[in-house]
Amino acid sequence: MTDTLLHFFHMGGYGFYVWGSYGSVLVFLLVQWFLPWRRWQQYQKKQKLTHEQNS
Amino acid sequence: MWSLINNLVSPKKFFSLSNKLLPWLTALFLLSFSYGIIGGLILSPADYLQGDGFRIIYVHAPCAFLSLFIYAVMAAAAFTAIVWRLKMAFMVIRHSAPIGAGFTFLALLTGSLWGKPMWGTWWIWDARLTSELILLFMYLGIMLFQSASAHKSSGERATAILVLVGFIDIPIIHYSVYWWNTLHQGATLKLFAPSAIDNSMLYPLLAMITAFMIYYGIVLFLRMCYELTALEANHHWLRKSS
Repeated sequence: MTDTLLHFFHMGGYGFYVWGSYGSVLVFLLVQWFLPWRRWQQYQKKQKLTHEQNS
Repeated sequence: MWSLINNLVSPKKFFSLSNKLLPWLTALFLLSFSYGIIGGLILSPADYLQGDGFRIIYVHAPCAFLSLFIYAVMAAAAFTAIVWRLKMAFMVIRHSAPIGAGFTFLALLTGSLWGKPMWGTWWIWDARLTSELILLFMYLGIMLFQSASAHKSSGERATAILVLVGFIDIPIIHYSVYWWNTLHQGATLKLFAPSAIDNSMLYPLLAMITAFMIYYGIVLFLRMCYELTALEANHHWLRKSS
């Protein structure tokens, strides 16, 4: 099991290049989605609170 | 078709449409991204020449495709914005530019990480790489120009013209590998001819490209919805929907 995992992460000697590529893309995708999503959620929460206070 | 266009050009209808579409787009993205990444890293066999190093294609090619696709969307929006002066079209340009710049940067970075073990160098002034770098500068220039424009309406029109002028770089990037003798390989995916890779490698790649396109739609909708709320905060339709 450990050998299979090590073999997988080693990527035939290209591990650094393959995981470096996938890692940088995943970090970018997460950050680029998370920032506007969080801003949008915070806005909606704020709107709900204001609506509740007004009513 | 006209109904869809009508929904996209009206802020109110866009807001409602994007709120309905977002959960579906997110589900579709997760589905195609999961298949693409599992297919790319596990299911597809290693390349006979490049070994497991070829698996970088599953993130590099979608990033490179998106860098061109997003610019093409921006150019279409710029044309619409100049001819019909639609507020939504200006917003598409404003919010697409940082996403496009990110994908262009990633295409260069992952290309560099692929180039080192295969070509023996991180960077070379090859026609494809240089024209892609120019695209990154175009995106950054558009973003800087937008933030530096003192008068919003004239600045937006000038940005749209700049986007249209910069569109010349898109066919140059695409055809660079045919026009010049480059180190970069030719196109793997062809629209009107059989693809240069086996189906076991092709399907995960197509899934990743689809996932990245959906991702662009999701982030664009999120960014535009927020700006619409800020711009149209006092509008009756927005108070009702929130």
